[in-house]
Amino acid sequence: MELVQPFLDNGFMRNALGSGILAAWACAVVGTYMVLRGLSFIGDALSHGVLPGVAGALLLGLPGIAGASVGSIVMIGGISMIQRRTRLSGDTAIGLLFVGMLALGVVLVSRSSSFSGDLIKILFGEILAANPGDLVLQAGALTVTGFLAWLLRRPFLLLCFSPEHAQVSGYSPRLLHIVMLSMIAATVIVSFQTVGTMLVFGLLVAPAATAALFARRMGAIMAVAGLVGSVAVFVGLNLSYQFNLAAGASITVTAVALFFLSLPVKAWIDARHRRG
Amino acid sequence: MGDASVGRCVALRASGLAIGHEKKAVVEGLNFELDAGATLALVGGNGSGKTTLLRTVAGLLPPLSGTVTVLGMPPAAATKRLAWLGQFQTTNPLLPLRARDVVRMAFFPDRGLWGRLKPADEGVVDDALEYFGAAAFAKKPISELSGGQRQRVYLAYVLARRADLVLMDEPLSNLDVGGMDLYAKALGRLQKEGTTVVVATHNLEDAAACEKALVLGPEGWRFGPGSEVLHELPHHH
Repeated sequence: MELVQPFLDNGFMRNALGSGILAAWACAVVGTYMVLRGLSFIGDALSHGVLPGVAGALLLGLPGIAGASVGSIVMIGGISMIQRRTRLSGDTAIGLLFVGMLALGVVLVSRSSSFSGDLIKILFGEILAANPGDLVLQAGALTVTGFLAWLLRRPFLLLCFSPEHAQVSGYSPRLLHIVMLSMIAATVIVSFQTVGTMLVFGLLVAPAATAALFARRMGAIMAVAGLVGSVAVFVGLNLSYQFNLAAGASITVTAVALFFLSLPVKAWIDARHRRG
Repeated sequence: MGDASVGRCVALRASGLAIGHEKKAVVEGLNFELDAGATLALVGGNGSGKTTLLRTVAGLLPPLSGTVTVLGMPPAAATKRLAWLGQFQTTNPLLPLRARDVVRMAFFPDRGLWGRLKPADEGVVDDALEYFGAAAFAKKPISELSGGQRQRVYLAYVLARRADLVLMDEPLSNLDVGGMDLYAKALGRLQKEGTTVVVATHNLEDAAACEKALVLGPEGWRFGPGSEVLHELPHHH
């Protein structure tokens, strides 16, 4: 009972839990595709590439979410432009945009009077300051991405299997890829204000990677990833509350730790499987 | 069956066709017509353009110049009626797909985004797996299968597509003797069912099983009955 007490006593802890769990489920849906298609790096780039957009919006006095949207559109557009015009591989294109956008973000933030405070806020979020409005926005985005993932489950599965097969089955792999990236971007944009860009990336990769070790169906991977992410949020917030640690980072560390803890479990299951 | 009475129907037509990647032509000035229901072997050394031609016909690559018509349509419009077996298939070990799930994908174009597979479709999937001796590992993850087992699953996918035009790139790769026999049997079945088949192959025996052959080489191309064109090939093992 001691574990639920912080959430019963404090409204801000309940909001943090709600915001974190919504982020965990949104990240589970798009993170599964990210891990299966090897798009982790682009997810990382997207979650940090929004920085100049947010910083620019901050300087102009606009909402951060508008800046983040512009930042991610520039990111996705820039990556596909480099890939179309040159023979450079995708990860080189992503790396170029990633480091360029991150540096531009820091340059912009350095114009602000509260430089390090703003930077830390964007990177690590303020999950303990989540308000009901944030939760409504997150729930809306989760509904939309969840619906798209369900609607496009066949073309997305074909795309994961082989882009060629998606194309000869009558779907445009390029369009599907852009829809998928937009879903990742939307998740990052609505989540980062509360949980921060680093935690978004942690929740995108770690739970889906853990789930992919065990589950055998696409829907099952997403469900297990959502549960693992939610457990990480619950445990991380508790650790943060009891020991006065940074909340977002505690959740991220827990999510990654759960992945490493699952490795021996996976090895044990495989060994049992082999022995029949 | 009554070929002359129904009139000649062309499944594949290339006129003045140049194929290649990024404006660099591999083969130019291709002109040929393949009747519906015929089988065509694409023969030639590495880099001769067999795969490039298959990909152009499948609509995966745009022609550099000239035209290609597939079942009377531009390639991109014909995708619903063709089956494609590429040379390099996924080996992503994380992909949550069992062998049977891969064969079920044969029905995705027909059933659209949310149409359920009918019981009859599931029957076709099971029959195709059975045909290629893949029923025993139908429920195993595709990533846990050997290369030869995987190839049998992909061939079952092609059979389950029930397409009007089948395009296969090196379908014999990784197959053991039993698998090759099943492939030859399947090719005969497709021929009997009136399916048009185009197959890129290094195996001359496989090529000779087709009625027509298109030989691609550095000196140009030659199209004709297999018995004539394959004869002139320099002997290789």
